[in-house]
Amino acid sequence: MSLRTPLSRVIGRGSAGEGVGHWWIQRVTAIALLPLTAWFVISLLGQSLQSYDAMRGWLGQPWVAVLTILLVFTLAWHSRLGVQVVVEDYVHGKGAKTTLLLLSTFVHIGAAVAGIFAILALALS
Amino acid sequence: MNQRPLSPHLGVYKFMYTMSLSILHRITGCAASFGFLVFVWWLMALASGPAAYASAMSCLGSPFAKLLLVGFTFSFVYHFCNGIRHLVWDTGRGLERAQARRSGLVVIVVSLLLTSAAVWFGCRAIDVLSTGVAP
Repeated sequence: MSLRTPLSRVIGRGSAGEGVGHWWIQRVTAIALLPLTAWFVISLLGQSLQSYDAMRGWLGQPWVAVLTILLVFTLAWHSRLGVQVVVEDYVHGKGAKTTLLLLSTFVHIGAAVAGIFAILALALS
Repeated sequence: MNQRPLSPHLGVYKFMYTMSLSILHRITGCAASFGFLVFVWWLMALASGPAAYASAMSCLGSPFAKLLLVGFTFSFVYHFCNGIRHLVWDTGRGLERAQARRSGLVVIVVSLLLTSAAVWFGCRAIDVLSTGVAP
């Protein structure tokens, strides 16, 4: 006999209330990051990294900017999910765990916004 | 409380190199999270103008930073390759012990090769810039 209510079974989100959402999004972002990071690293190696004008010209191109924005957004999301698992596994105090998770969320969102803003500033100016 | 059974933990298993590969995925993931922040800092420097970009690049060009970058390149490539290994496992394939050990070795070898290639191309790009000609 199951102690789960019929409603809980139908919703299927388990005791954490999230179901397989975390697991699934980690995979979705991982798959998206394979082509995005490969494209970015390979393209970057062909650029004149030391030259401000060359880098600005490269990142400011419409498709390069769009793909790099996608890269920053997806990296931030994937990283946020990964850091969450590490914190949940190794930090056991409730206060410390909650504080670190909040801090990680703020830092990731802040970094994502900064990265996307920087690319837009380069592409639209 | 002490009489209750404990679930098996790390200490009771014979060491296998696949264990190191597993924890290495986590460690390189944490390194990649830090690398993401450095990447954003670099983007912000680029958006802030030539002076900010030049100082960011001289920061990244210091010998210590270069050494870190080589380590980070391996870390990133490993997380990339081992991530593919994890995605294959998610489809239910390659979970037999012999297969998992073999794929682990493949990941290490491919990571080392790709890291060497990336470092070689990186050094070559810097040489081209400093001398103006491809070596």
